[in-house]
This record gives sequence, C-alpha cells and structure tokens, in this order.
Amino acid sequence: MDKNLLLTSVEMAQFASTGFLRFDNLVPRELCEAAHEEMSTGKLRRRAPMGSPFSESWPDEAIGKVFRLPKVAAIIHSLVGPNPRYDHHAAHLTPANTRKGANLHQDAEYDIRDLHFDIQISFFPEDTPLESGGTLFVPGTQFRRVHEAEIKRYQNIIGQVQAVCEAGTMFFWHTNIWHSARSNFTDRDRYMFKLRLNPTVRQQRLWNTDDLDSPEVKQALNQKIPWHGQRHRIELMNRIKFWRFLTGDPTFDLALWWGRVENTPDIIVQGG
Amino acid sequence: MPETQLRQKLLFLYLGNSSLESEVVGWSLYDGTTDEMFEAAGEDAEPPYNSVLDAMRDGWRVIQVPFIKAPQVGREYENDYLDFEFVLEKMEVING
Repeated sequence: MDKNLLLTSVEMAQFASTGFLRFDNLVPRELCEAAHEEMSTGKLRRRAPMGSPFSESWPDEAIGKVFRLPKVAAIIHSLVGPNPRYDHHAAHLTPANTRKGANLHQDAEYDIRDLHFDIQISFFPEDTPLESGGTLFVPGTQFRRVHEAEIKRYQNIIGQVQAVCEAGTMFFWHTNIWHSARSNFTDRDRYMFKLRLNPTVRQQRLWNTDDLDSPEVKQALNQKIPWHGQRHRIELMNRIKFWRFLTGDPTFDLALWWGRVENTPDIIVQGG
Repeated sequence: MPETQLRQKLLFLYLGNSSLESEVVGWSLYDGTTDEMFEAAGEDAEPPYNSVLDAMRDGWRVIQVPFIKAPQVGREYENDYLDFEFVLEKMEVING
C-alpha cells in the first residue's frame, strides 16, 4: 500500500467530526461508463455471500476495477483496514422523473457498537446535477442513536450536504450518518452504487499518521457543526472519545473536556 | 359557488436551545392546503424563519413546545433526536 495514497490525519479528523469524506473525480470516465453499463443491464444484481472477503468480489467486472483503483483501495484501507469483509451492495436506481418525498433515515439502528464502525461508499458513475437528486447527508450525525426511519419527520437540517457532483465522485461515510435519497426531476435514470464494508482488524492508525501532531488535526476535531446547537459540547466529547479509539491514545483531549471529568484525585494531604 | 374550507399548515422548527429566540437548526413544513408533495430543500436552503419568535410575528401559532429534561443517569454523553422541536400552526381558507 502506497503510504502517500492513504488518508492523512487531517482527513481522518474531518471524518471523525462530520462522519463522511467526499472525493471528486476519483474514477476515470471510461471506467465510470463501464460500471454504469453493468448497473443498467442488471449485471450487478447478484450479491456475494454476506461476510465474504471483499477481495473476492467482482474479479472481472468494471465495478471491481473501480474499488481496486489504488486511491480508492487506500481510502478503504485507511477506514477499515486490510482485508475488509463484504457486507452488501446495491445499484440504487432512481428512475427519471421520480418523486421520493421525505426519506431521511439512519441505516443501522440495530448497530449499537460504541466505537467500531462499518463504512458505506456511495459511488456516482454519472454526472449528478442538483435536480437529479443525489444523496443528501447530514454532517455530524454519526454519534446520534436514533431508530432508522423515525427521523423521517425532519425535512431540512442546517448544513445538510447533497451529492451534486461529476461522474467518478465517491462519498465514504460512517454507516450511522443520517441520509436521504432525493427526487430525480430529470429525464435520465440516475444510479448510485452503494457498498457496505466491515473491518476485520482494529480500526487504529490505519491511515498515514505523519501529520498526526499537525494543528490542523485539532482544528478539524474542534469544528462546530451548526445544527448541534446547545449539544455541541457533548458532541465534542463523543468526537474526542472516537479520536482516542482511532489513534489508540487514551489521553487525547481538546482543552480539558474529558480532562475535567476524569480528574478525581485521591491524594490525601494533611490539612492546616 | 365553491365550498370554502379551513385547512391546516404545520411548521416544525428545531432550535439550538430552548429559548424561542434561539436559532433555527432544522425545519419541516406539512402543508394541508395543497396536494403538492414535500421536497427537501437541498444544501443551500435557508430556513423560513430565524427563530420561533420570528415565525410568531408572521402569524404562526405555537401549539407545542418541547419539555426541557435532564439526561437519564448513565446517558449524559448520548445524543439522539433533535432536542428542541416546536410545532406551529396556521389555518388558511381555501376554496374547495
């Protein structure tokens, strides 16, 4: 694995804070077209056995080449490590002129793991303008414990991000991020290829940690997500806990958020 | 003559704090005066009002305010749904 292709610590800190990373034009156009052809002709309907080694998936197909691109493989490695497990995939089709309505949800209400996490990858094989309804993500929702589609009442949240992108763009996201498919107002069918992967190793320092002590890391971890409002400080503490898990550093802190509540001295000194 | 009816619009405003003057961090509109289907607004969208108070000044009636409650013991560091959900109503006359 080329170290220079792995995520940086700043990028990982961004992932820890917002729950997703976006990379534009990761996949060359020709390969996008070949993968799109496989989706639209139904060649990718069959799923591999859940839990099988991801390295065995799609040995000859264009979609396999997409995920074996060095940069894509390096990002996967940074988040879930070597030899991830295939969970499932779907070539999500939103036909031309389809209204979706309210759809915000979190995939994995049954996943109550505290810190370990799966990733999902959203790959857009064609240009996806606003009106074609690419996926909407709500940054900073990865630590929220809600029950799948019970958040459907929420239509808009400040800071929401819609996938408006060129062909070859990928979003790598923590599976607990709130997201929503949107309506396709165009005359073209729209595909989004989704892949879920599970780690098989401890998710600790799997990225390029050369910049771990860069001030930009703390800056990314300290960022305020506008919709958190009064909950910002608790979100920050969860983020610090997550960063401790990712770095294997149980003492990491921003200012003294955990430093205060973990400070319960037992040293007895003589009075007077 | 078309029959005149009163129809309800519900506006959900999610605030950053319990004060009705706090900033809106999320919003939903359920409009009973039309058959139009809702669409999420996308990433550049601005909320319809800056606060619940602003909406009241524009004629919306507040019909529900959220309880303020302490976290359960042992769950002090856990977050889940949006906290400060205010429900507002407007009744509008439409011609049936």
